[in-house]
Amino acid sequence: MEIGIGHYLTVGAILFTLGIFGIFLNRKNVIIILMSVELMLLAVNINLVGFSAFLNDLVGQVFAMFILTVAAAEAAIGLAILVVYFRNRGTIAVEDINLMKG
Amino acid sequence: MIESRLPDFMTALPEIWLAGAAMLLLLIGVFRGNGGTRMVSWLAVVAIAVAFVMVAVSPAEREVTFAGMFVSDSFAKFAKELVLIGSAATIIMSLGYIRREGMERFEFPILILTATVGMMLMVSANDLIALYLGLELQSLSLYVLAAFKRDSLRSTEAGLKYFVLGALSSGMLLYGCSLIYGFTGTTNFDSLTTLFQGDAQAGIGLVFGIVFLIAGLAFKISAVPFHMWTPDVYEGATTPITAFFAAAPKVAAMSLFVRVLISPLVGVAAQWQQVIVAIAIASMLLGAFAAIRQTNIKRLMAYSSIGHMGFALVGLAAGTTDGAQSVMTYLAIYMVMNLGTFAAILAMKVKGEMVENVSDLSGLARTQPMLAFVLAVFMFSLAGIPPLAGFFAKFYVFKAAIDAGLFTLAIVGVLASVVGAFYYIRIIKVMYFDEPGDAFDLPVAGELRLVMTVTGLFTLLFVVFPTPILAWAQGAAAALIP
Repeated sequence: MEIGIGHYLTVGAILFTLGIFGIFLNRKNVIIILMSVELMLLAVNINLVGFSAFLNDLVGQVFAMFILTVAAAEAAIGLAILVVYFRNRGTIAVEDINLMKG
Repeated sequence: MIESRLPDFMTALPEIWLAGAAMLLLLIGVFRGNGGTRMVSWLAVVAIAVAFVMVAVSPAEREVTFAGMFVSDSFAKFAKELVLIGSAATIIMSLGYIRREGMERFEFPILILTATVGMMLMVSANDLIALYLGLELQSLSLYVLAAFKRDSLRSTEAGLKYFVLGALSSGMLLYGCSLIYGFTGTTNFDSLTTLFQGDAQAGIGLVFGIVFLIAGLAFKISAVPFHMWTPDVYEGATTPITAFFAAAPKVAAMSLFVRVLISPLVGVAAQWQQVIVAIAIASMLLGAFAAIRQTNIKRLMAYSSIGHMGFALVGLAAGTTDGAQSVMTYLAIYMVMNLGTFAAILAMKVKGEMVENVSDLSGLARTQPMLAFVLAVFMFSLAGIPPLAGFFAKFYVFKAAIDAGLFTLAIVGVLASVVGAFYYIRIIKVMYFDEPGDAFDLPVAGELRLVMTVTGLFTLLFVVFPTPILAWAQGAAAALIP
């Protein structure tokens, strides 16, 4: 069977959906939310690289490199905020982040 | 043969200057320690002022550089000037606050500077990659700023919530970008504009991409249904940061929204117009009704800003140059009113403690008549009562919507602003007709008085001199559609 652009897009869409569900359905740990965010960004990268190969155009791969870089910075900042939060609260369970009710 | 030639750096001079200044100030801050915070803050204001002059004297003609990634035109100039004013005002307003609250660290003004650079890149973006990078530079700085008071549980919780939901919105925006790239073959706005000229048909993949892109941007301007972070972050973050969130980033994200939808995607307006109409109606209604039962004034301002973004989206939904002009006018007036209101909130201090409940304002007219009067002016203006500036802001967006035939949207908007007037006027009632509680500390800090005077005069006198702002916004909007 030939693996075409549709297969890459399907994998990307499944990973992206898993990432979103990981953020909303997870009641346990904020670290899992951070992992879900990474999963979403990597799903986007699969999309971009797939399209880039399909279109014979380099821009998609350049975009993917930028996303990788920013994702690293984002993870660093997220973990830093998580650490200061843990120092104040003593827990990082998602259901305990409820001082202010939105 | 790959052409190798240096891009034109002069077009991006204000951004390059501000980024360089932020790094230089970081060095100064490290060498001087936290004792130098006040100096770094004032130097940051000077750097912003210099950048403002650079933007103001830059040519109004459209210039594109960095291989089509970066554009400078009168639209970008307008938005950048607003953003710079908002950032400078925030740094000035925060001077006394950060010293009092024991968070006088030199990173504070520097993070505002980097966020400002990000916002300037956003409004100058001419490519989906540049859009994403500018947006992230802004967002990453704002996450840290929200959690800046690191020994406060509220502040760190606000930072954490903002980070998680902000990262989610970036992911959705990127997914949209990847689909737009895949189904058009380009990320450049100019190429997209050419592609969508004439009677272009958008395929289902492209429509999906546009919807994801709109969802990501709606998150950043806190439009319903992507607003859930706003009240918590506004309440938890320290007050000067809340003022910043309500002013400059909203202006930048909304300008970016206008540029993306009116410039490259205007050819497929039929695809996005209903989405914008729906989120505008939802934001206006939620902003009006949810604010009624709020007792914390920062939370109330959060719902107020959700509502105001809904009103601004009314102008965008029109999808015309007039609509874009009305949105830019709205943003200018909205930012000034918000800065003034937050300067007044920063003056709410009893025996050295910040208070932020609406009931703390009771009887303010008797204890501090001037502060009460200024706050009343801002409340009337936010409610949209003539002849104050807020009325004209709403007038132009509704006019643009009616000219575009969106009657339902305009009617819902007017009704929502009537409901919204209730909670603004309730604050005036509390200030003027309730028994006085604890009096606020005197004197009000000089920098707060300065901000309140300037913004108050603007709000009062806009009716007399509306022409410069209107002409300025018109020039900006005209630059969007070549």
